[in-house]
Amino acid sequence: MLMSNIEIIPNKTIVTGFGVVSGSTVRAKHAGRDLMAGLKNIFGGELKGYTELLEESREEAIKRMISQAEQMGANAIVNVRFSTSSVAAGAAEIYVYGTAVTVE
Amino acid sequence: MGQFILFLVLMTLGYLFGHYAEKKHYKSINKREKELLKLPVISCKNPIGNDTVAHVKLSYGSVVISVDYFKRILASLYNFFGGNIRSYETLLDRARREAILRLKESTTDADQIINLRIETSSIYKGNGNSIGSVEVLAYGTAIYFEKNEPT
Repeated sequence: MLMSNIEIIPNKTIVTGFGVVSGSTVRAKHAGRDLMAGLKNIFGGELKGYTELLEESREEAIKRMISQAEQMGANAIVNVRFSTSSVAAGAAEIYVYGTAVTVE
Repeated sequence: MGQFILFLVLMTLGYLFGHYAEKKHYKSINKREKELLKLPVISCKNPIGNDTVAHVKLSYGSVVISVDYFKRILASLYNFFGGNIRSYETLLDRARREAILRLKESTTDADQIINLRIETSSIYKGNGNSIGSVEVLAYGTAIYFEKNEPT
């Protein structure tokens, strides 16, 4: 699956468009990570647990978007955008969306 | 009284460790930025130069950074008196530069990264409405030119 966050795939022509595809995950971190984050909030510095968590959920969201595009029969996704929002304290939603197209 | 002592202890710990962590982080950022200078990141939609593009890849890098206790107290004081909150400025500066570095590190073999977008969100709110930690995500399209196709 070709992906880009610009309107085109360079050096290729878009033949058909299928519309918007998207994937999202909502993830909560477990208590151990929460405790470490509480400590890090005193000392400052990177919260590695959270970085990993968000990375994992981002990959999961991308995977869902790709499987949706594959079902439509597309071979590329253009104009991909990410967005993060905290739904509740301790949980984050990762949303990724783009336009499924066929390129040649 | 006990609470006041705890507050003082937290302030000192925050100041010492936070100051040390920030210094160390800036040192590593500066070093890695110099190493990755050969990979340009631009926010335009078209790559610089007239070479033919062979391959594209969506790439991203993200980081979650927290501010220390001392700086948070300092920031709440600034909130009262007004003015630039320097302690949050350095926090966001560090987070953005780190995220761009991670984006570059994820595709070191690319020729250019175009259409850079940076997204910031605060994922943890402390007491009241003070920012505890911020997440910065940097993403873009990695471009491989024809002469330098990945194997």
